[in-house]
Amino acid sequence: MKLRITNYELRITNLLALWLVLLLCGLTVNAQLNSGALQNNNGKAGTFVIKNARIVTVSGAVIESGTVVIKDGKIAAVGATAAAPSGAEVIDGRGLSVYPGMIDAATNLGLIEIGLGAPGTVDTNELGDNNANEKAIIAVNPYSAFVNVSRNIGVTTVLTKPQSGLISGQSAVINLVGSTPGEMAVSANNALIINFPRVVAGFGGGFGGFGGPAPDFNELVRRRDTAVDGLKKTFKEALEYGRLQDAYAKDKTLPKPKTDLRMAAMVPFVRGEKPIIFSAERERDIKAVIKFADEMKVKAIILGGQEASKAATELKQKSIPVIFTNIYNLPVREDDAYDAFFAEAGKLQKAGVLFCIATDSETAVIRDLPEQAGIAAAFDLPKEEALKAVTLYPAQILGVADKLGSIEVGKIANIVVTDGDMLEARTKVKYLFINGRLLPLTSRHTELYEQFKDRKPNQ
Amino acid sequence: MNRSTTMKKGFLVTIIFCLFVFTVSVFGQTQDVLIKNATILTAANGTLLNTDILIQNGKIAKIGKNLTASSNAKVIDATGKFISPGIIDCHSHSMMDGSINEGSFSVTSMTRTRDIINSTDITLYRALAGGVTGLNLLHGSANAIGGQNTVVKAKYGKPIEELPIPDAPPGIKFALGENPKRSHFTPQPGQSRRYPASRMGVNEVIRDAFVRARDYKAEWDEYKAKVAKGDKTAVPPRKDLELEPIVEILEGKRYVHSHGYRAEEYLALLQLAEEFGFRVRTLQHGLEAYKIAPEIAKHGAGVSIFADYWGYKIEAWDAIPYNAAILWKNGVVVSINSDDDERMRRLNLDAAKIMKYGDVPEEEALKMVTLNPAKQLGIDKRTGSIEVGKDADIVIWTAHPFSVYSRVETTMIEGEVYFDRSTDAAKRQAMEKERQELEKADVNRAPGTGGGPPRVPSEKRKSDHDDAEKGGN
Repeated sequence: MKLRITNYELRITNLLALWLVLLLCGLTVNAQLNSGALQNNNGKAGTFVIKNARIVTVSGAVIESGTVVIKDGKIAAVGATAAAPSGAEVIDGRGLSVYPGMIDAATNLGLIEIGLGAPGTVDTNELGDNNANEKAIIAVNPYSAFVNVSRNIGVTTVLTKPQSGLISGQSAVINLVGSTPGEMAVSANNALIINFPRVVAGFGGGFGGFGGPAPDFNELVRRRDTAVDGLKKTFKEALEYGRLQDAYAKDKTLPKPKTDLRMAAMVPFVRGEKPIIFSAERERDIKAVIKFADEMKVKAIILGGQEASKAATELKQKSIPVIFTNIYNLPVREDDAYDAFFAEAGKLQKAGVLFCIATDSETAVIRDLPEQAGIAAAFDLPKEEALKAVTLYPAQILGVADKLGSIEVGKIANIVVTDGDMLEARTKVKYLFINGRLLPLTSRHTELYEQFKDRKPNQ
Repeated sequence: MNRSTTMKKGFLVTIIFCLFVFTVSVFGQTQDVLIKNATILTAANGTLLNTDILIQNGKIAKIGKNLTASSNAKVIDATGKFISPGIIDCHSHSMMDGSINEGSFSVTSMTRTRDIINSTDITLYRALAGGVTGLNLLHGSANAIGGQNTVVKAKYGKPIEELPIPDAPPGIKFALGENPKRSHFTPQPGQSRRYPASRMGVNEVIRDAFVRARDYKAEWDEYKAKVAKGDKTAVPPRKDLELEPIVEILEGKRYVHSHGYRAEEYLALLQLAEEFGFRVRTLQHGLEAYKIAPEIAKHGAGVSIFADYWGYKIEAWDAIPYNAAILWKNGVVVSINSDDDERMRRLNLDAAKIMKYGDVPEEEALKMVTLNPAKQLGIDKRTGSIEVGKDADIVIWTAHPFSVYSRVETTMIEGEVYFDRSTDAAKRQAMEKERQELEKADVNRAPGTGGGPPRVPSEKRKSDHDDAEKGGN
């Protein structure tokens, strides 16, 4: 008993000592405590030079041994030789490869933390059918544990989006660094997300009669057409709304039109100034989107695209790109080819359709973006194209190719330094830069690993 | 009918019979297969370069250089190709018709997944195309003690009775945590909640079952003792289908595969098992197993995990991709499973990831989807690695199976080809031709063109996932 008390006192003394040390060290210790992954460490800014590395620029030829200079958050120089600015931190890249950061063009990062069991952390779904004024950038949580976990494998940028109803709201392209949504934003309200009305077959009826008789297919088509007509009406209303607002802005003697936040939000999209991302999987639904976009004169992007290659001619002709999100989905019909979705990206590439590969799944799956591109390459998409499908092409599709997607002078320094092919599952990231900041490769996962890797019982 | 005709007939029947026996004995056996010049990842004895494998009667007969085979053997040139053992998925709900959860009681040990397997399920073919040759078909996780499992080979299209591995020890599903608590389950109007609703309750339900099983076993032992003594008046106890499998656990004849997430609930189960004198065979999911790796090693349980899937529910929040590395370093037998018909097709890449998180060597990572699950299921004497004498459950890949750029060329089980990419391509063409023929028929006019309602196939099987995970029934 006595011994126990002594032990206890000892511990108290230890704690007091620790507390004193903490107090004395003040800011330094604080900084150390905050250096962890949970706080979404923003790393350090500075001038960096990566030398003697294999540089996969993506936009140009691979430089077998070259230099990349990072300064003021941008790529300042790239080439077989480039002068190192004075005071730059030099990284010896011998044996390493340098890639532009990967871009996942369809995620809910920062909008969902734990999908099941913690509804308080889910912000992707709003009530009602038209939420054009909902903006992902308002609700993105910069301190999501998925930020570090995703960027540590080389995904440096994502599109994050709301997803409910008919018109879900506006997506944001964000870099995975920054203490506020604003600091993360590359393009805040870059696109409008619309779940395009589709023909939903296969429900109801069936054996046992559960759920009532299956609706007649032609009836389902009619329902889809009615919903599309409704959407057209909303688009026309938004155009009209914009026209009235503009007229009033020029001539204040006109009656002041009432503000409608939903309509106001839709204006740049229905005018074709900014793109609309329409989710559509089946051939008939994709073709319906193409027809709709043509008629309404809007800039469309297809999200999903299971059967996009069957509409390749029209997609190419109308310059409608595809965010393909089906690598990790099983083929839909029993008689579909086992590799239907593995091979789809290759078919789109061959047909000359602009496409990218994105996860559009649970946030945990962002970590599989490189594998997803790699699998497409195993099924006839050329390797270089697979890499572009998660770097340059998503940047082009999302309208941020002037800033991201390749290693070119002037672009944002989102740079991943690896010990091998970035798409390979075994490859390790050695250095990571986002916005030109050198980031620690820590995460909630590395911290738990450190805590438990050498644990012995009763210690 | 005169006698000579009868004799002639009898003679003819005898000849036909002899011919039949001859035919069966010659052609009924699997053809010998010689795979030449491959890079072989044995999952037992390292990697062998430019090596041949000879398969006879469905078994690996020889491994070596410049092997020869009989003239009628099938020869496969695997120059530049990689060969691995067939992948074994230690946690699957594939190829089962209907719900995999008997959710009515908290103990449903009387149910058997064997009763609902369907060997023509297309997901099985798709798994073969991802190199899978063996599966542990588990009951769902809605119950503290769930139903009995079935360990099968992925013999797509074969009669059901040919799929279960005959000498695989029987097993049973247990479940801890959110699923048996029914945390994500919304009771329908008129439905009440089911006991237990807490982790404490889950543990008590399991304890209660083992106490009852122990008493039941004692009754039988007493009865058997009486019979042995020649007591003719002894009355046998009433057979209890719920407790019989639990008695088998107590007797060490049935493996416990327990779903769970959190460290403390697993510790409680291991302690309970030690108290009742049995060993838990595998911890399924075990997303927090790394926190108690030494304790698991001491108990002797295996752990079957996801490579890096995490955060999809509260109890998956502390999951880390270093789980496998920590467990492996502690000497625990680790396997990587899919629990999903889609993920099942790419377990090779999940194993590859293990190398990235915690520096697990290549062969150890490969074992996690081949030999280790075989060990956990008690079938490692016959499958799980490329060794002489084992079943020829083999996958031929276009590149190293840990490469994202690799693709399965051929999957064979016991020397028989169940998936082959070139055969698949030919089948596709034939099917496309058939489709075109059928679409020409008037009754099959395309939907939406004013024809009658088409026969709509159900687009997705409902039993793909453990619906207890998704808050289903």
